[in-house]
Amino acid sequence: MIEFQAVTKKYPDGTVAVDSLDLAVEAGQITVFVGPSGCGKTTSLRMINRMIDPTSGTILLDGKDIRESDPPLLRRGIGYVIQHAGLFPHRTVLDNVATVPLLIGKSRREARARATELLELVGLPVEFGKRYPAQLSGGQQQRVGVARALAADPPVLLMDEPFSAVDPIVRDDLQQQLLRLQSELDKTIVFVTHDIDEAIKLGDRVAVFRVGGRLAQFATPSELLAKPADDFVSSFVGRDRGYRALGFLTASGVPIGPLATVRTGTSAGAARAALSGGWAVVVDESNRPLGWVSADQLSSVDTADTLGAGQLVSGGSLYEVDGDSSGTAGSLRNALDSALSSPAGLGIAVDGAGAVAGGVQADAVLAALAEARRSGQVPA
Amino acid sequence: MNVDWPWPWLGRNLDKIAEATGEHLFLALLPVLVGLVVSLPLGWAASRWPAVRLVLVPLAGVLYTIPSLALITLVPLIMGTKIIDPLNVQVPLAIYTIALLVRSVTDALLAVPGDVLAAANAVGFRPTKRFVAVELPLAIPVIVAGLRVATVSAMSLTSVGALIGIGGLGSLITEGFKRNNAVEMVVAIALILVIALVIDALLLFVGRMITPWTRARQGASK
Amino acid sequence: MNSALSWLFDGDHWSGPTGIPARILEHLGYTALTVLIAAVIAVPLGAIIGHTGRGTFLVAGLSNGLRALPELGLLTLLVLLTYVGLLPVVISLVVLALPPILAGTYAGIRNVDPSVVDAARGMGMRESSILTQVELPNALPLILGGLRAATLQVIATATIAAYVSLGGLGRFVIDGNNAGAGSPNGYPQMAAGAIVIAVLALVVEGVLEIVQRVAVSPGLRNVATRKRTARIWRKPTPDLVGKST
Repeated sequence: MIEFQAVTKKYPDGTVAVDSLDLAVEAGQITVFVGPSGCGKTTSLRMINRMIDPTSGTILLDGKDIRESDPPLLRRGIGYVIQHAGLFPHRTVLDNVATVPLLIGKSRREARARATELLELVGLPVEFGKRYPAQLSGGQQQRVGVARALAADPPVLLMDEPFSAVDPIVRDDLQQQLLRLQSELDKTIVFVTHDIDEAIKLGDRVAVFRVGGRLAQFATPSELLAKPADDFVSSFVGRDRGYRALGFLTASGVPIGPLATVRTGTSAGAARAALSGGWAVVVDESNRPLGWVSADQLSSVDTADTLGAGQLVSGGSLYEVDGDSSGTAGSLRNALDSALSSPAGLGIAVDGAGAVAGGVQADAVLAALAEARRSGQVPA
Repeated sequence: MNVDWPWPWLGRNLDKIAEATGEHLFLALLPVLVGLVVSLPLGWAASRWPAVRLVLVPLAGVLYTIPSLALITLVPLIMGTKIIDPLNVQVPLAIYTIALLVRSVTDALLAVPGDVLAAANAVGFRPTKRFVAVELPLAIPVIVAGLRVATVSAMSLTSVGALIGIGGLGSLITEGFKRNNAVEMVVAIALILVIALVIDALLLFVGRMITPWTRARQGASK
Repeated sequence: MNSALSWLFDGDHWSGPTGIPARILEHLGYTALTVLIAAVIAVPLGAIIGHTGRGTFLVAGLSNGLRALPELGLLTLLVLLTYVGLLPVVISLVVLALPPILAGTYAGIRNVDPSVVDAARGMGMRESSILTQVELPNALPLILGGLRAATLQVIATATIAAYVSLGGLGRFVIDGNNAGAGSPNGYPQMAAGAIVIAVLALVVEGVLEIVQRVAVSPGLRNVATRKRTARIWRKPTPDLVGKST
């Protein structure tokens, strides 16, 4: 879809921003350019829509050399999202989003109608259309920026560190939203970030650049984690590679064992009887887990008394057996984490409704990992 | 019109030109100096007490807006001077300088970073010493910038006094105009221009010299 | 004081072609004409210099240089070299009105958030559209500031026009001066004229302040216009070029 052929960018003072880049971005995928400052990732991105022109080499968009296109016309067919959104302060949010449709000749009414659709698509209330950018928070402005980029329905979307300027909670939200949008729209997205975790989370394929503009590795996130091409990539990818790689492996092969449960309001005596291995999970009427109860705690309680909140030990992440499409729930990592973080040493598995489905043991997870390696699911 | 270019006039009237220049400098620069001295405490007060600021800043704005010919003409009314009295030019110029510089001094002092002031206090400076040793030096660049504008404007505004007979180089302009003597006019204009620009450059130079930290910054940047 | 006020409120002086209202209108007429011409020259010039970044020396150089030029000298010399009439006067007034408008426009354009311009370019707007649809509207507060400063300056300088036999409010000062100290049309007339000039300047400043507030897009209303100008130019406020008359 987008091809870089021996693309180089050299500045008059001698700096080499991009050094002979050969890369093919596939259609319908999110391709992430990641690397430290000065690695040429943003320069490479900006060469796609001719904000910067290469010193040598060719860039093909759908097989056509972009140099043959008039830059403004080329750019109208490519969505462009930048770090601080760059919304026009003097225009309303709605008019901001309507910019490109107007540019390509749609009537004001059509453009505004389309803009309204897009505001809904990115999860903003339609009333925001009347506001001015200065009245929006950073995260909201960024969403408007994405809406604006999608307004003319371009096949390609370029995003230059779009989520770097917002706080982590908002960033997470925006990332989830991007993945959701992509599952509906199937755009060809080129995404630049300096954050390797963001790259791994969002990218279908990730290109790691090194300082000086050279491509170090171009692979799927799980390959990157399992088989980094050299020391630079492995140190850039960071620690806990093995653990993070588990996030890409499904836990569907991990058996769920029985788990002792006790309903709230049960007497201490009945609870004591239900304990298995000294522990049981306390659940509500819908069988949702509220916390653990242990033999130690029950020893100080009278047999006839009912269980109260004071006896509960909380703790442990939940392993969702039917994970949803956006997160890593349902992965080996999730299962292992639930087992490791549980005070009872047994992870709580829940189904789609949040009700307890059973227990997960750490050994079972590691056994599943070994099996995955044997069957070739893990890149060796 | 009938324009004459009697170049010999220049050679024959050097002392007249010198006298006019001296008068002009007296008319223009003395008020600026007085204005500077008065602005410092006023600006300090405005930076320290919001109530003062609320009164002084709009007042300065109003005074600055009044055209010079109006003020020059009204001084005799307000102060009882004769029409041809240097004070008629000097008082308005001082007022303009104060109106301009009070704002500069206030802004400059307000712009001193809070951490710097806190550090000075922590080190043990008393308020007066802190003002002289820390706040004032840091405020100098902005004050000098204001001073440059005030001085150059004063040099040019002084000539307006010639319309009602107050001397300086402006009187050479009016005299030359009446006698169709273009040389006299050009000489006067050129002198005002050149002297103003020279003083401007001098102030800029002195300002840089007494604030070595601003120079260091400029040297380090690309 | 009494004589000045009585001259001011004398009914005779408020009628006819040499009356106060007539002179006010003349004065405002010179001002409007000058600012219009100066804006037509300086706004596009400042916009182009600001957008392309080329020719910035022109902005700084003109601002400093022209402040030092005595307008009395410029006006009278031009009249001497050409003729007594509106044209040479307007030309000198225009020359002196250019710097604040040029500086204001330049500062306004430079002050537009670079990421806004980048986004506009990246969306596929042409350079000229970027300038007219994005940069100029966002530069409006500072451009209006420059126009305001220019207008006040011209009002002040136009008082001199009377010296070269034109009309305007300076007429009262010049005529009063010529009438002689003792005459009832001497100093009282001068003082009355001065009062009218001062009041007019203050009223116009007030009106322009309101216009500036109203004319700016609501999305930009929180911009502190003058303070930002001061920061950019490291010049003191109140205005962009400084007192000229």
